[in-house]
Amino acid sequence: MTNTMNSPETEVAVSISVDGQAVSVPEGSTILDACTAAGIDTPTICYGPNLTPVNACRVCVVELEGSRTLVPSCSREVEPDMVVQTDSDRVKHSRKMVLEFLGSGVDLSQADDLNAWSEHYGADPNRYGPDAETMNEPVKIEDDLYIRDYDKCVLCYKCVSACGDDAQHTFAISMTGRGFGARIATEFDGVLPDSACVYCGNCVAVCPTNALQFKTEFDLRQAANWRPEDQSVTTTICSYCGVGCNLELHTQDERIVKVTSPDDHSVTWGNLCIKGRFGWQYVHGDSDGD
Amino acid sequence: MFGAGGGTSSYKEIEETNLIVLWGSNARNAHPIFFHHLLKGIDNGAKMYAVDPRRTSSAKFADTWLGLNLGSDVALANGIGREIIAAGLVNEAFVAHSSQGFDEYKESVEKYTLEYTSQLTGLPPEAIQELAHDYATAETAQILWTLGITEHHNAVDNVLALCNLALLTGHIGKWGSGLVPLRGQNNVQGGGDMGALPNKLPGFQNVNDDAARGKFEAKYGVQLNPEPGLHLTLMFEAMERGEIKAAYVLGENPADSEADILHARKLLEGLDLLVVQDIFMTRTAELADVVLPASVAWAESDGTATSSERRVQRIRAAVPPPGEARHDIDILFDLAKRMGHDWGTPDPEQLWDELRDLSPMHQGMSWERLEQTGGLQWPCPSLDHPGSPFLHGWLYEDDLGGRDPAPFSPVVAQGPKEELTDEFPLRLTTGRALDSYNTGVQSGGFNSPIRYGDALDMHPADAERLGLADGDQALVSSPRGSVEMRIRIDSSLVEGLTFTTFHFPDLVDANVLTSDAWDKKSGTAEFKAASIRVEPLVAARG
Amino acid sequence: MADLHFTDATATSGEVEAVNLVLGDNVAVTTETERLVRGGTSRRKGLRHLLLPALHALQKESGWISPGGLNHVSEMLQVPPAEAYGVASFYEMFRVDEAPGHDDDVAHVCVDPSCRIDGADELIASLEAEGKHVHRSPCLGQCERPPAVFIQGRRKADSVPADEEPFTLPQAGDPSLSLLKRIGVVDPMSLDSYREHGGYDALTKALDMGADAVLDELVASGLSGRGGAAFPTGFKWRSVRDAEGNDKHIVANCDESEPGTFKDRHLMEHDPFALVESMTIAAVTTGATNGWIYIRGEYPLATGRLENAIAQARDAGLLGDDVAGSGHAFHLEVRRGAGAYICGEETALFASLEGFRGEPRNKPPYPTTNGLFDQPTAINNPETLLNVLPILLGGADAYRALGTEGSPGTRLFCLSGRVANPGLYEHGFGATLGEIIDAAGGAQGDIAAVLLGGAAGSFVTADSLDLPLTLEATREAGTTLGSGVVVVFNSDDNMVDVCERITEFFKNESCGQCVPCRVGAVRQHEMIVTLGTKPMAQEQRDLHEDMVQVMADASICGLGHTAASAIKSALALGIIGADSQ
Repeated sequence: MTNTMNSPETEVAVSISVDGQAVSVPEGSTILDACTAAGIDTPTICYGPNLTPVNACRVCVVELEGSRTLVPSCSREVEPDMVVQTDSDRVKHSRKMVLEFLGSGVDLSQADDLNAWSEHYGADPNRYGPDAETMNEPVKIEDDLYIRDYDKCVLCYKCVSACGDDAQHTFAISMTGRGFGARIATEFDGVLPDSACVYCGNCVAVCPTNALQFKTEFDLRQAANWRPEDQSVTTTICSYCGVGCNLELHTQDERIVKVTSPDDHSVTWGNLCIKGRFGWQYVHGDSDGD
Repeated sequence: MFGAGGGTSSYKEIEETNLIVLWGSNARNAHPIFFHHLLKGIDNGAKMYAVDPRRTSSAKFADTWLGLNLGSDVALANGIGREIIAAGLVNEAFVAHSSQGFDEYKESVEKYTLEYTSQLTGLPPEAIQELAHDYATAETAQILWTLGITEHHNAVDNVLALCNLALLTGHIGKWGSGLVPLRGQNNVQGGGDMGALPNKLPGFQNVNDDAARGKFEAKYGVQLNPEPGLHLTLMFEAMERGEIKAAYVLGENPADSEADILHARKLLEGLDLLVVQDIFMTRTAELADVVLPASVAWAESDGTATSSERRVQRIRAAVPPPGEARHDIDILFDLAKRMGHDWGTPDPEQLWDELRDLSPMHQGMSWERLEQTGGLQWPCPSLDHPGSPFLHGWLYEDDLGGRDPAPFSPVVAQGPKEELTDEFPLRLTTGRALDSYNTGVQSGGFNSPIRYGDALDMHPADAERLGLADGDQALVSSPRGSVEMRIRIDSSLVEGLTFTTFHFPDLVDANVLTSDAWDKKSGTAEFKAASIRVEPLVAARG
Repeated sequence: MADLHFTDATATSGEVEAVNLVLGDNVAVTTETERLVRGGTSRRKGLRHLLLPALHALQKESGWISPGGLNHVSEMLQVPPAEAYGVASFYEMFRVDEAPGHDDDVAHVCVDPSCRIDGADELIASLEAEGKHVHRSPCLGQCERPPAVFIQGRRKADSVPADEEPFTLPQAGDPSLSLLKRIGVVDPMSLDSYREHGGYDALTKALDMGADAVLDELVASGLSGRGGAAFPTGFKWRSVRDAEGNDKHIVANCDESEPGTFKDRHLMEHDPFALVESMTIAAVTTGATNGWIYIRGEYPLATGRLENAIAQARDAGLLGDDVAGSGHAFHLEVRRGAGAYICGEETALFASLEGFRGEPRNKPPYPTTNGLFDQPTAINNPETLLNVLPILLGGADAYRALGTEGSPGTRLFCLSGRVANPGLYEHGFGATLGEIIDAAGGAQGDIAAVLLGGAAGSFVTADSLDLPLTLEATREAGTTLGSGVVVVFNSDDNMVDVCERITEFFKNESCGQCVPCRVGAVRQHEMIVTLGTKPMAQEQRDLHEDMVQVMADASICGLGHTAASAIKSALALGIIGADSQ
């Protein structure tokens, strides 16, 4: 009889050229993985290491020899001898335009990464004039756990994926409508507490623009007291059930201000439940106030 | 199981298994992130059975839900075993090589025909047959359970009955198959690892094993009692007999969490000395003579916790303890000092290394490796050992790793201790809500939009017969006492079965109702099966 | 199968009945006894494709997708309500905002170019004056008979008033017709009539030849897709045949929605058996056992005739478990779209048919290996499929005798706008634009512009009348044949208005998934509305160029790639934005 240990598949390496540099990555890797391996920083919005790529934002596009259009690096798997350009005029143009388009219709004031990339590529959202249509959505504050500010939403699908097949399988939200009128919403745009939402906060954790925000962060920002530079992050283990979820406790002034989970840990892959995500108030002796 | 005090499998395995049997567990609510792994398994094509008296939110993901009679788990397991044998689906090679006692087992389950099992469980015979055949013929299969198996008066029998099925089919000791108890508390596994069991030393070494005990005696220079101690339920019995007069309670709230709670509180009140070390002023602490305010282990101190997949992981202090609260080990060190033993200054890493010296299964888990790897799964006997994704691989080794074959353990089906009577005609079972935890002292700290409080869930037909509507108040009584509860209609319940959570003892003292019948082998009380009567409270109808 | 959450809204008895009629026994969870419930993920996933038909039933019953109705559908199919709502809100034909407040039919009136210049506004005004409920619709595929109307029936079948009129093909009786030769000649409701006109001879021949020979013949013929992308059909089918997997699909892309296009409607309405036969040939050739006709929801006549054709073919043993005694199984089904231009994009069509939002998927992987239900799929439009019949019957050489070296065979052209005899025409590849317009009786008035290939195509002017309409010549001229659209505008037509409408069309029809298309379509619309009749400043021209480039380079699918091409050509040719206008 044999001991049926799990043995990892033998890895096959694939070599491609990125900006003239030879890069070798395991079969099944994406062009983005190859770029990362080559030390090339790539802007991403809808990509998440713990999510299935939806390649909707198109900011990570690269030029692939033989392809008529640019290709999304986050989802395109490497094939032997691909020749990829990440810094050609076409690539720079598309990345700039995607960021510029988003900036022209969405409030990116709290999307630090995107703003840095916009500057890098010279995106100028003002080119579309002051009357350009915007998301124009009010902040939704429906409970004490997190808020939804769709004025900041870039429709990257990450929250939908995290709520759905990629993690939580609750499906409380979906992309709805079409075109520029598309919005993330519950059925009939009902309020969250009446929806299927179970407040795991996994959507908040993946949001790239702070459109979804923990109420703790929102309140501190409202009070002009959100100070990332004064915050530290400590990884520990959740105090509730015995699954052993890793928690990242973000603390400011010796108080927990939000909780995330490492997206590369095999227990959680960045996901938590309502207790792990929000059940920390008692540490500071807070009660639910009723 | 088979001598090891932990679940056999890694979470990753359920993503790759072919058949999932979730038995007496509502992991969707109680272990939500484990359930993510289970969902990956389903998405990867695994078939899922849910065996539970209630069609829980977990059961709603199953291809097939089997709503067995409360407490008929052994009957169902024995029936499945008998059917596997009768249908010729036994893994003969595995049974011959790796097990012992098959003939006795076969004889013990002979009477559990599909028809008889159907009578005991309330399940259609063909559904039992289907589960038996699917389990036996799956390439890999896991049985997972939680308190639906273990909070019964015959808890250990329940577990053994499931273990027998794994032995019959070889669904243990290989990747993707296994027996997985999901731990309900963040470090209950770690508590066991550290020897917080009446009959165990750290590393699951037996108290009555002279060699093992000798190591500890040599290390600490004291004689240790070779007799197993008392488990919680026996402690309360000993209090009742006046044999226990003092208790030192660390991080436990028995005055809310024990079954037959009124009785338990009386016993705690009657102690000569009650010391409570906790982060909350719990109901137990309110009864105490001395309260030692402790720090929050997971956020205010350094150490380790062990998860349901036997993964030892680091916990780290993120904030200082408030006010006069102190770290548990500081308190213990000081206490030792007052008793005349100076242990020096506590250092979590040194304490951990002390454990590694004494517990072979933890030997390879240096603090440094725990930091680097994001946790290691025991047994991890040496620094170059990668940890153990699953247990009992020896069952497939030619020489069984030098061990004895794993024994079948014939067990007999018994229903719940507390039978239904005309006076108490309804079954009550208990469980967890997604957003709340145990007696609510921790989870009560945040405003959950999905919290509905404790209610008594009942089938529409039962409610109608009693003249109750959704939201009505009712008086709920068991042979031990009565509480007022709000009624919630739940058409997914089987008629005659009621359900409640137990997270809000300040509002509803649900454990007034629960049964104090307990398992002689494990000491676990039968929270899962009481008999109750429900009477409308007229005033509430407004 | 999942722990779904439903609001308290309940369905009316009419909604329950309507939905259950569509679903039959196909429900995701069954309670066998009080203690035995079956459901599960694979079953739920297997039923998801019934979502769109169920939503159609709700819409017809209640005039909208009500919360109670949605809950019922969601529960029966175990589709999360938020997802079901996301799907419903995607489609033009489903109303999700509020109850209609009446029990009447709704008249959809086309406001796209051909109808816009020919009475759409007047018709809408008169219908509204009569108290009718009017919905302004994108192209309804009836451009030869403007202004087009489609009646969305309430608790009764949908209809098109113009379908009541007698039909004649402009080229009726022309012996050179190949694809259109049976149109108006055979009885579209009769298999016997079809067989009397050579119907099913090609299937017989295909079975005699065997799959490899059929594929060789197709490759030799040079047949390429007529939907716009012009991919070689023989290679596509061979890829599907070679793909691994037992479940393969043939899909007819009958979601004809490109403004100006109505050719496939004619084929389906007047020669439905030919589509069924050609799909059957595709099935026996590729090894596919499942066939789907995804037809746009606004084609009720074609839908009915195809359903009849399938039923008759099935009764005659030409579909089903054993096609014509060949041992091949082929099961064919009609599915209605619900109003979404994007669903003509093949991967969006798959998503729609599967019961998801009609959002395109990135390629690769390609449909030939990962198509419908992620299985190998050959997807073709009806015109392409019908070409297979003459190729097999006459041989590749005879087929190649028509057309040019680079564009073999014939091509269907949809003539509308300012021509004397609008309608569907068949010409060998190579006829010039001028010849094609002349064949339709010539232009009415001075040609100001011709829209070639549809809204996703481009404008040309009278300077291009000598352009041979082949794949290679149009490509070289920087334009496209697209779906064979030729819309002629004369100097009286308001081209600014037409261009505004084209930008509005893409703004409305972008699925919203990718940033370049979702935002680009809106910004282009804003730009053209702001421009009006003014000359366009260089800065704005540069900005439009920037938009054209990112949409073409970085959008997920063809919609985004081409959404700015018509405006680009209009600006370049001075049709709008010129200095002196």
